[in-house]
Amino acid sequence: MKTTPESRRGAGYRAFLAHRLSGLALAVFLPAHFLTLGLALEGAEALDRFLAFAELPLVKAAEWSLVVLLATHLGLGARLLVLELGPWRGLRIAWVGWAVGIAAVTGLAFLAVA
Amino acid sequence: MYILAIFPTGITDRVSASPTLEVRIWRGTDTGAFAAYEVPAAESQTVLDVVTWVQRHREPALAYRFACRVGVCGSCAMTVNGRARWTCRSHVKDVARDGRLVIEPLRHLPRIKDLVCDLTPFFDKWRRAGGWFEGEATRREPMPALAPGAEARQTVDAGIECINCAVCYSACDVVGWRPDYLGPAALNRAWTLVNDARHVRTREVLDATATSDGCTVCHTHGNCTEHCPVGISPTAAIAGLKRKVFRRWLRGGHA
Ligand code: SF4
Ligand code: SF4
Ligand code: FES
Repeated sequence: MKTTPESRRGAGYRAFLAHRLSGLALAVFLPAHFLTLGLALEGAEALDRFLAFAELPLVKAAEWSLVVLLATHLGLGARLLVLELGPWRGLRIAWVGWAVGIAAVTGLAFLAVA
Repeated sequence: MYILAIFPTGITDRVSASPTLEVRIWRGTDTGAFAAYEVPAAESQTVLDVVTWVQRHREPALAYRFACRVGVCGSCAMTVNGRARWTCRSHVKDVARDGRLVIEPLRHLPRIKDLVCDLTPFFDKWRRAGGWFEGEATRREPMPALAPGAEARQTVDAGIECINCAVCYSACDVVGWRPDYLGPAALNRAWTLVNDARHVRTREVLDATATSDGCTVCHTHGNCTEHCPVGISPTAAIAGLKRKVFRRWLRGGHA
């Protein structure tokens, strides 16, 4: 038996996990997203079909997750860029909260307009 | 008696009537098991005191490592309740949970026996990162004047007090995932050298840290910084190395 490392419980580690997993998910979903968009551009009829398709609840949910994933990845990535390229002022753990908050607000805003 | 007064053994049988701690200590190497001990609790007691008590009173064959007992030598680090710590300066009252302590060796290092790890890979990486000083002045030349307030010097000061305890190394998940990764302590040392005006191998040090096992592997999630007992931020040092390597690459030099 080994105990779980305490290093896995910190906000920094969770931010890393969220950043990595959202990145991987984006790498899988974005090509699918662009593929559907590409199909939509193939003509008016195809576009109509696509718009109808985009109204399907499952597709809406997928779009919503894409937006939330993007916002999460962007926010956490911005923190990393500032940590690595900006002047050193500590780990800026509070920014993890901000990034998650911004992702949540973006997600809600998407729900409101969708 | 005088020596005993300077290096008190922490707990003696005198306090055995007081409440006890439930202590589980790893015995063995990669294979092994926890052994449970009841240890008398004392008002002022470090985790190292507890391990010492067990070795002196219950388990003479228990292997562990320490030297200075005052947070200078860096040899007493262990995993305590899941967290890498310097045990000589970790007070039981701060780290025990409900009177319980689980004490294991550090992570990410080969185990020799019980709580003792082989630190060879840790120090090998220190060398692989180019982490030794080389000057060009001889003793016949005057001492170089270093302005203590200069930015580069302050950068060195921020990282120079490393006691080589390997707590950061043990806390870094990336070291666990990529065993060849140089790790926070070696890279922190390299960064102090890169900023040392008297050091002559700056380029070589940068080259050594810009490899695929070097600074670019760091995920910047800061465990090393959060765990370092003397308050060093290896994450800041590694970010500094990344910036330098990146700038060099932008200027057309190899990364
Ligand atoms: S910041 Fe880098 S070196 Fe420090 S624990 Fe994280 S990955 Fe390891
Ligand atoms: S940087 Fe801190 S945690 Fe890492 S070896 Fe040095 S003193 Fe220990
Ligand atoms: S015994 Fe020297 S640092 Fe703990």
